[in-house]
Amino acid sequence: MKEIYLDNNATTRVDEAVFEEMRPYFCELYGNPSSMHFFGGQVQKKVDEARSRVAALLGALPEEIIFTACGTESDNAAIRSALEVFPEKRHIITTRVEHPAVLTLCRNLTKKGYRVTELNVDNAGRLDLDELKSAIDDNTAIVSVMYANNETGVIFPVEEVAAIAKEKGALFHTDAVQAVGKIPLNMASSSIDMLSLSGHKLHAPKGIGVLYLRKGVPFRPFMVGGHQERNRRAGTESTSSIIALGKACELAATSMDDENTRVKAMRDRLEKELLAIIPDARINGGGADRLPNTASVAFEFVEGEAILLLLSEKGICASSGSACTSGSLEPSHVLRAMGVPFTCAHGSIRFSLSRFTTDDDIDAVIRELPPIVKRLRDMSPFGR
Amino acid sequence: MWDYTDKVKDHFLNPRNVGSIENADAVGEVGSLACGDALKLFIKLDDKKERIVDARFQTFGCGSAIASSSALTEMVKGKTLDEALQITNQEIADFLGGLPEEKMHCSVMGQEALEVAIAKYRGVAVPKHDHEHDEAGMEGEIVCKCFGLTDVFLKKVIASNKLHTAEQVTHFTKAGGACGGCIPKIKALIAEVMGEEKKAEEKKPGKLTNMRKMQLIQETLENEVRPQLWADGGDLELIDIDGGKVQIAFRKACAGCASSGFTAKFVEQKLRELVADDITVEEVQG
Repeated sequence: MKEIYLDNNATTRVDEAVFEEMRPYFCELYGNPSSMHFFGGQVQKKVDEARSRVAALLGALPEEIIFTACGTESDNAAIRSALEVFPEKRHIITTRVEHPAVLTLCRNLTKKGYRVTELNVDNAGRLDLDELKSAIDDNTAIVSVMYANNETGVIFPVEEVAAIAKEKGALFHTDAVQAVGKIPLNMASSSIDMLSLSGHKLHAPKGIGVLYLRKGVPFRPFMVGGHQERNRRAGTESTSSIIALGKACELAATSMDDENTRVKAMRDRLEKELLAIIPDARINGGGADRLPNTASVAFEFVEGEAILLLLSEKGICASSGSACTSGSLEPSHVLRAMGVPFTCAHGSIRFSLSRFTTDDDIDAVIRELPPIVKRLRDMSPFGR
Repeated sequence: MWDYTDKVKDHFLNPRNVGSIENADAVGEVGSLACGDALKLFIKLDDKKERIVDARFQTFGCGSAIASSSALTEMVKGKTLDEALQITNQEIADFLGGLPEEKMHCSVMGQEALEVAIAKYRGVAVPKHDHEHDEAGMEGEIVCKCFGLTDVFLKKVIASNKLHTAEQVTHFTKAGGACGGCIPKIKALIAEVMGEEKKAEEKKPGKLTNMRKMQLIQETLENEVRPQLWADGGDLELIDIDGGKVQIAFRKACAGCASSGFTAKFVEQKLRELVADDITVEEVQG
């Protein structure tokens, strides 16, 4: 069965051009960039090129780019570093809707005596900046607020948050894993101190991430034991993946317009038609500024896993905010933080598009999903 | 992706006996929208009111909840009410070729609905497990507030499925799966159930010398108790042993934890179970 892949916030297809770019660095050009000989040296040049390409997409300087293994590592590195930089500060601010990479770390840190403030969001998923202003104080080491939410696509006003953090002398980090490549960023005119990105969300392979670290921002490495990445991240570089990410960032820069026009139009059409056909449905975060590729649709009185399994029977790959798919028992912490009622939270489905999504894919969902929802509602004791 | 058996997939994709029965003899309803799954079971008896001739269901829930409901309706047909009551949640899971452990609560929901339906038909006290029902006549005391589950219900599931960890109890009943506040209580219930079982088997060492008893207490704390506390970021220190009186002080996350009373109870049950019946545990500051 040919897959209709609408789960790009989970992971993306590696672009063929990206794969071609990395291919020689396994069996032929396998040298270690740290080596003295020409064979390692030529790999070093490619790694430098990749660094410049990533920097270009972010509007950053090449030396501000630290390659890591994944977005989660970047998040961990940023937050742990800030706490070491300010050992006397024992307060962290984040949000209730962060990715577990940030949220679990922060909650674990409370066991080590740190105070953590988790900012609330409103029904549309928007952040309350007044709450941030009253929570932040001289004891705040770091504020970590995601750029865009993975489940709803809601974009946070990170520049405003960064400015508030800066004023109080706290560092500001943003998990921009879902934003990079989808919306334009420019670190040169930004107040963001640290930013995390992940390769596999923008058509590079899994296992490569970046921590952007603003020049002049103090940093304490989390991984030690080697001089790589200017002593900021020890460990032999994953050269092929770094080179792949460089190419992926170059492609992302050229496809950004497409993402915000064609992809967005497909997303909007999907939402509009589903809401028109299926009663008791709504868009989570619909009232907020959102990523162009993400649609989180709640269907009342049905359970998300059942929808996903029936969609999967039709070859359609999506994701849900439902508890039952993750093995946890509570519906998504993001939807709950937004005050999405239980009747909808259990039946929320996320469709996330990419530049490889076609109109046919969207048509398939519009054709297949309404009878699935009807079938499950007919089966339910809640009689809808 | 869940590793569902072909039988689960079949009963999910082609559920048997979906719908309601007009003039049903017995109806059992468990679960709620908030919990994420709910099942309404309809049962029709023969003219002599002895055997189940038809069973239908309406289910709101995930794939395995629908499959478990479908399996249940197939299993009860042709059975007397007494025979139907003998069906365990494990048998529902077995009928489906097994369920992932995280999904065992779906089979428990089926078994529960059946029990409720039959109890209501017979006019006996309904075994009430969750907050959808009014609290009057509730059997036992609420342990998991999020899902409204009682100690009586949890102990029954722990015993009949031989559960050993709080995580398993969550998979089978959902208890502790939301806020997690009742996990110490669940651990105490497991210790209680296992203690009762052990007692029945008389596996405890016989008469102990004082020296040997102290040694066993220390070993039990090191091997059985502290690792469990570490898992939750807590710890304890053995302060003193005086005959059967064991003094402990809580450390790390356990220190000042609101549930430390339950944790102390858990420690006591472990020691009684593995060392001697006369042990009492006392929490001290030290």
